[in-house]
Amino acid sequence: MRFPNFIRTALPAALMAISASSYGAVAYVSNEKDDTLSVIDLNTMEVTDTIEVGQRPRGITLSRDMTKLYICASDSDTVQIMDLATHRIITELPSGEDPEQFALHPNDRHLYIANEDDALVTVVDTETQDVLAQIDVGVEPEGMAVSHNGKWAVNTSETTNMVHWIDTSTYELVDNTLIDQRPRHVEFNKDDSLLWASSEIGGTVSVIDVQSRQVIKKLTFELPGIHPDKVQPVGVKLTNDGKYAFVALGPANHVAVVDAKTYDVKDYLLVGRRVWHMAFNENESQLYTTNGVSGDISVVDVDKLKVTKSIKVGRYPWGVVVKP
Amino acid sequence: MNNPAKVTPLVPLNRSAYLNCFTGILTREFLRFVSQRSRFLSSLVRPLLWLIVFAAGFRAALGISIIPPYETYITYEVYIAPGLCCMILLFNGMQSSLSMVYDREMGSMRVLLMSPLPRGYLLLCKMVSTALISLAQVYTFLAIALFVEVDPPLLGYLAVLPALVLVALMLSALGLFMSSWIKQLENFAGVMNFVIFPMFFLSSALYPLWKMREASEWLYWVCSVNPFTHATELVRHALYLKMSWEAFAVVAGTTLVFSVLAIKGFNPQRGVRGTGGKGPN
Repeated sequence: MRFPNFIRTALPAALMAISASSYGAVAYVSNEKDDTLSVIDLNTMEVTDTIEVGQRPRGITLSRDMTKLYICASDSDTVQIMDLATHRIITELPSGEDPEQFALHPNDRHLYIANEDDALVTVVDTETQDVLAQIDVGVEPEGMAVSHNGKWAVNTSETTNMVHWIDTSTYELVDNTLIDQRPRHVEFNKDDSLLWASSEIGGTVSVIDVQSRQVIKKLTFELPGIHPDKVQPVGVKLTNDGKYAFVALGPANHVAVVDAKTYDVKDYLLVGRRVWHMAFNENESQLYTTNGVSGDISVVDVDKLKVTKSIKVGRYPWGVVVKP
Repeated sequence: MNNPAKVTPLVPLNRSAYLNCFTGILTREFLRFVSQRSRFLSSLVRPLLWLIVFAAGFRAALGISIIPPYETYITYEVYIAPGLCCMILLFNGMQSSLSMVYDREMGSMRVLLMSPLPRGYLLLCKMVSTALISLAQVYTFLAIALFVEVDPPLLGYLAVLPALVLVALMLSALGLFMSSWIKQLENFAGVMNFVIFPMFFLSSALYPLWKMREASEWLYWVCSVNPFTHATELVRHALYLKMSWEAFAVVAGTTLVFSVLAIKGFNPQRGVRGTGGKGPN
């Protein structure tokens, strides 16, 4: 009876693995209101699957080997790990309360999680599931980033209006940089010399020199016909070639294209309503934006700087990652 | 039917006679067009005012959701451009019919009708000539529209050509049909107001139909039976490399019906002053 047993156990798993991996490049989108992830086949630009996850999924990130997806299930107070071959949640990490955003250290093990309600950053070892440290930061921590060289973990706090610099070797808060009101997302450039931080209420993006941890440039955005109050920068994405920075402007429903060298705003691209976070595909020819209120993602052609398509997903899409 | 203008040819007419007739009418329309530069300019200024001034004011006020043929969010300028292309064709179609009334009043119609070719063919030539001349204006408009970021796919400019021809024919046929029922130039000006504006405003040219439906169900119903709505949608879809068979069927059907009615109803003597419709002898 070994043969039928084999069929019963291994074959379905193999089929599942094939069906999950045969998509080619896929985008995973967390739908904050639906408690689901939408899976989009990036060849056909269609939603191929919708997966139920924990409550209020927001930040999502991939493991280095692209086999696992970490999901901040904010209202379930946990970080879930999904096996991308089977699309099943395999474990849950002790994340602290209300995890919203996180960043994975280049060592592929240490996850830095911002706990919005506790004014803490929790560091979790994803293999042993141990909490390595809890670091006090400002009120309502939000954005998280770890530098490519692994030296810095950076967190923003929405109410304190600061960027907090955490030394990853000691887990200690070593410096703070004051920026405009309600800091949101932070992003290191490729060589870790600069940090871009968005301020939602301030309506600005601050470019901070990592060495001195001082703001060297503040970007503002003026869209014709749109009230300045509606310009609320959230997501920031930088191209690896150092050419562009894309800034999601929230309820202004546009993504600003910034020349990353001169800091000039080159263009504003019309996307869906309340654009939040963004992700590139592997060769950075396309950028995907999550549009919370309109419940879709928009696809931007990076070479032509044109929005080519918008795809309906679940309610209030929040985060997006691309698995090549 | 009393038909004094009918001429019986002494020898059977060959193909070159038909071609000569067509090139003659086309040349006349073309000459009339180039000699009236103000007409060319005004036919461009009108839609450009809509595109640059009106659309700019409404840019942020009107949220356009994703509707076919578009695949993402668009600005209001992008939305109204196809309707404005049709607006050019509408004004041209009507203006050309106006010229028919003028020709009739001035007597130059008789010169045309001296041709031994069938009257239906003459009218068809007139319609096609008007359509071809309108196209130059539409493409000039689309070229200028590039400056306000109305940039459909490159192939769309080619794909829209047959759609524009069909719509131009439909509107010419409609104009001809109306001109055959209008006695005098003054009456025609009135009909222009009662036809052009309702046709344009009660269509999907300026606002998507779902937006109309939000305002009123009967308004939506009127808009959706208006052939101009379908003309606009046919052009809109073709410009973005899509096909709307429903719009095509309505536009083609309307063209056929009005062409037949226009040719059947055409009476060159109608409206000549002081003759009571009996025509000069």
